[in-house]
Amino acid sequence: MGTVHDFLFAPFIDFGFMQRALFGALLLCLSSCPMGVFLMLRRMSLTGDAMAHAILPGAAVGFLFYGLQIVPMTIGGLIAGVVVALGAGAVSRLTIQKEDASMAAFYLISLALGVLIVSIRGSNVDLMHVLFGTVLALNNDALTLIALICGITLVLLAIFWRALVAECMDPLFLRSVSRLGTPVHFVFLGLVVLNLVGGFQALGTLLSVGLMMLPAAAARFWCSRVGTMCLVATAIGMAASVVGLLLSYHLSLPSGPAIILSAGVAYLLSMIFGTRGVVQDRMRRYRHRTA
Amino acid sequence: MSQNCLTFNDLTLGYHSHPAVHHLTGAVRAGSLTAVIGANGSGKSTLMKGIVGILKPLAGAIERDPASRIAYLPQQSELDKSFPARVTDLVSLGLWPRRGLLGRHTAEDRASVDKALSGVGLEGFGNRTIDTLSGGQMQRALFARVLVQDADLILLDEPFNAIDSRTVTDLVALIKRWHGEKRTILVVVHDLELVREHFPEALLLARQPVAWGDTSKVLAPGNLLRARQFHEAWDENAPWCAPQSDHHHGDHDHHDHARHHKGAA
Repeated sequence: MGTVHDFLFAPFIDFGFMQRALFGALLLCLSSCPMGVFLMLRRMSLTGDAMAHAILPGAAVGFLFYGLQIVPMTIGGLIAGVVVALGAGAVSRLTIQKEDASMAAFYLISLALGVLIVSIRGSNVDLMHVLFGTVLALNNDALTLIALICGITLVLLAIFWRALVAECMDPLFLRSVSRLGTPVHFVFLGLVVLNLVGGFQALGTLLSVGLMMLPAAAARFWCSRVGTMCLVATAIGMAASVVGLLLSYHLSLPSGPAIILSAGVAYLLSMIFGTRGVVQDRMRRYRHRTA
Repeated sequence: MSQNCLTFNDLTLGYHSHPAVHHLTGAVRAGSLTAVIGANGSGKSTLMKGIVGILKPLAGAIERDPASRIAYLPQQSELDKSFPARVTDLVSLGLWPRRGLLGRHTAEDRASVDKALSGVGLEGFGNRTIDTLSGGQMQRALFARVLVQDADLILLDEPFNAIDSRTVTDLVALIKRWHGEKRTILVVVHDLELVREHFPEALLLARQPVAWGDTSKVLAPGNLLRARQFHEAWDENAPWCAPQSDHHHGDHDHHDHARHHKGAA
């Protein structure tokens, strides 16, 4: 029993930085995994990726003026993300261009700008920090920020749940009974940005998307209702966070990639063994009922 | 006014400043059942979108009692069949006008959803996921949603496309029930036999309104011939449609605008 204790619990009990990392990652899962589910259901899975890149120049401007500090980098990232989300959303709603194209245009501009800004001042090591995060170095400011983002997300999600589901399931219907369609879309994009900015401290701009999308994609193989899908995605995300942190501790791996790879394994296992996964699907194909 | 559910005042709807519905004037009586007919591209669906408010008029106006509840079943539904939801969840969307964003769905609401499902012959389908429904079953489910919406004005855009005759019979019976409940109904239909048999009034469109009124008169051979002779294609060099006497639309008495394309035949 001692070894189990040593392996599973001791790292979190003995080390403050591990506790913080765990706390931050779990909070992040609570809000960003449901976001990922809706992104996936709206066929915007890659939008999260694009948005994460879009945050970069904002964070980079913060970095340029204040160095590696959370508050300026977060505010910068938030501004850049909102500008890109609103810009891409507005272009798609006001012109003939679809959102994937406008999003691609905006995020590419943004990403190029971000890399340019970082390279003006920082070394490559700093760039790695921005890109791959520092979950083991979460300070109180960062934790407070993540908690705040989590709270805002959950409250807004609860308020707009019905509209968000309707907008995903049958947008034309929602337009015929309510004017909420467009506002809900922008609230949703705003929340995506907010969660990516939150994740960016813990996991970096690139990997924060992973914690958003991988659990959601995995949950798709287990559920047939959107509510349960959000819960399952959150559970998978949390499990991946715990496993990832433990692996990174015991094997001296970088924490961000360890968490995301754990989620990736969960995705692959779900795809194969999930109730709507490959194996079940194959089995069902050879058996059928009379009616 | 209280007799009319909808009033069109010299209404022009269209895309990229090309009209799809051109100078439509007339009124839809409250409690009437009207078939909207015409060739492909004659403006039927466009008119529906205009009434719902998804498409803004290029000119003229649609007047609708703002208190009236509207239910719209589009021709090309944007419904995502792969969305993880049960049939009950889909039909429950129809509770929106009553409960909105935050209102709780009561036991009564759930009962009305179940009743609607059995009303369209989908008892026992409630827990099925929507990706398992056939085309006809989906159309029944969408009718159930309209039932739940409990609307005063019901717009159905080609609801019988690719639907077998038994389902059409059931759905027509449902439409007639709504008609009996004094709801106002506009249905885009292609099958003229169906129109003759079940719809007391008809509006024949060929971009311009060709005829509007009693079905037997609207479907007279002369009208049908005229409706067939319209050019579906846009003319990029078509002259701008001259405004009637004024540029500032608005507070003029709309009878001044009533022009040679007067709606009622």
